[in-house]
Amino acid sequence: MRSERPVGVPAWIFVPAALGGALVLLPLAGMLSRVEWGDFWSLVSSDSALTALSLSLRTSAASTVLCLVLGVPMALVLARTRFPGQGVVRSLVLLPLVLPPVVGGIALLYTFGRRGLLGGQLDALGVQVAFSTTAVVLAQTFVSLPFLVVSLEGALRSAGSRYETVAASLGARPTTVFRRVTLPLVLPGLVSGAVLSFARALGEFGATITFAGSLEGTTRTLPLFIYNLRVTDPDAAVAMSLVLVVVAVLVIAAARPGRSTT
Amino acid sequence: MEARVLDRDVDVALEVGDGETVAVLGPNGAGKSTLLAVVAGLLRPDAGRVELDGRELTGPRAWVAPHDRRVALLAQDPLLFPHLSALENVAFGPRSAGTRRTAARTAAQDWLDEVGVGELADRRPGQLSGGQAQRVAVARALAAEPRVLLLDEPMAALDVAVRPALRQVLRRVLAGRSVVLVTHDVLDALLLADRVVVVEGGRVVEEGPTDAVLTRPQSAFAARVAGLNMVTGTWRDGAVVAADGTTVAGLADGPAPAPDEPVVAVFRPSAVSVFRDAPGGSPRTSLAVRVTELEPHGDQVRVHAGHLAADITVHAAADLDLAPGSDVVFVVKASEVTVYGNAGPLESAP
Repeated sequence: MRSERPVGVPAWIFVPAALGGALVLLPLAGMLSRVEWGDFWSLVSSDSALTALSLSLRTSAASTVLCLVLGVPMALVLARTRFPGQGVVRSLVLLPLVLPPVVGGIALLYTFGRRGLLGGQLDALGVQVAFSTTAVVLAQTFVSLPFLVVSLEGALRSAGSRYETVAASLGARPTTVFRRVTLPLVLPGLVSGAVLSFARALGEFGATITFAGSLEGTTRTLPLFIYNLRVTDPDAAVAMSLVLVVVAVLVIAAARPGRSTT
Repeated sequence: MEARVLDRDVDVALEVGDGETVAVLGPNGAGKSTLLAVVAGLLRPDAGRVELDGRELTGPRAWVAPHDRRVALLAQDPLLFPHLSALENVAFGPRSAGTRRTAARTAAQDWLDEVGVGELADRRPGQLSGGQAQRVAVARALAAEPRVLLLDEPMAALDVAVRPALRQVLRRVLAGRSVVLVTHDVLDALLLADRVVVVEGGRVVEEGPTDAVLTRPQSAFAARVAGLNMVTGTWRDGAVVAADGTTVAGLADGPAPAPDEPVVAVFRPSAVSVFRDAPGGSPRTSLAVRVTELEPHGDQVRVHAGHLAADITVHAAADLDLAPGSDVVFVVKASEVTVYGNAGPLESAP
């Protein structure tokens, strides 16, 4: 059988490439080697484990919805309009990507916390955000929003605006153009952006523990649960880690780029 | 519809009567696309006005959004929405105007039938050939019931073999509509347009009924589109004398021009004979030229020499041993040269 070989990859390049692959995969193997298969089901189906898993899935889903509601308009404004200072705004939107999550958590705490920027007003309304499930969702949204905005803005730019121009010349109002042309054209980018956001929200740790604390059933998501368990019950921690790995692998499979059919 | 566009290097005025098709001819970069973009509302010019049925669409104080203009644009590329079937593409305009789904789909099917691709209604754009896709795009533009249809070289991207069929479709469906057609093709202008406007360097250099412009062109571009040799100059002793001294004997079409009146001489490339040395005989014009290019033209060879051209047989070209750089003599009989008055460059109407 013939096979085409790309030209110009030096042979030595495979050595660091393989090392890199090993760095990613070996820890997984290490973790797998520590899984107590006999107790696996009882460990992952304990009440507190199921509570944490369910809380993680619900908050991640909520924050993904929030990312879509806020991020799609953000991406559209960045990709399709021009305003002074747009470059600065675009960079600032990416800030949560590079900020240590703990710093994000502190920032959120001093904004929505009781003594924060908006804390007084929220208190007057009888709303306390910090250390509640709402705080978990806010922290997850804060860190995962850039993933959606970046991938959607890229999709919008590569789709271009020619179809939108045609739609307008056919009499479609801007909202109709958005709903019937823009969104369907960038759907693959939107889906992969949403899946990435969901994955980032699911793995969120630093901002959550800083801003929302670790209260079982309210703010103790799966990563926080595993972190707590690590000392008291290492076997359960490893088992739950494996659950998180499986979920992450499923998410990556769903969002793998280059799978779009159009 | 009336449009006046004043932008960077463009100053063009265009008027389209109700039910009239106007072809806009001109070389690339002449300002044709700017004109269409302004009329469609995709570009706001530095200054200018667009008025449709007495309603100001673009003006110093008026601005109507593209979707609210009832001006549809059809470009070279059909740009069918890839996620919709052919039928849904055509139904897009009626749906956007608030027509109910079933009524919009019925209308869309009628339009697809009208342009001859009714049986492709369920296909996705990716499953259509270029010609089929452009027909669907025509149906889609018409289904939106625009007051003015803008066609930007609608056949330029199509295979030459499928152009005649689409041209016939356009000839049928454009009849009685207000259309601005930007084109490079003399056949498009002849078959589709009532009137021709020639734009060059951002200015209207010539306009008039299609036949008149193509048989008695005033501008070099119109002559080239019409496939005619053109020499402009002044009338002297039965000949046109150009500024560079080129003298072409010809017969006046219409009243004889006065001496030194600005005139234009046109003659077909097929009326030109090519010799290595000037032959004798009087009622002929001999022009010593240097060959710049040879290109196949049907079963003949078109010999270009600067802005003049001659069509000769392949045999003749071989006998003369022609190549770019050859010095030859173009000879044309006076009876083959039509001479008429030169109106001079047109001023854009204020």
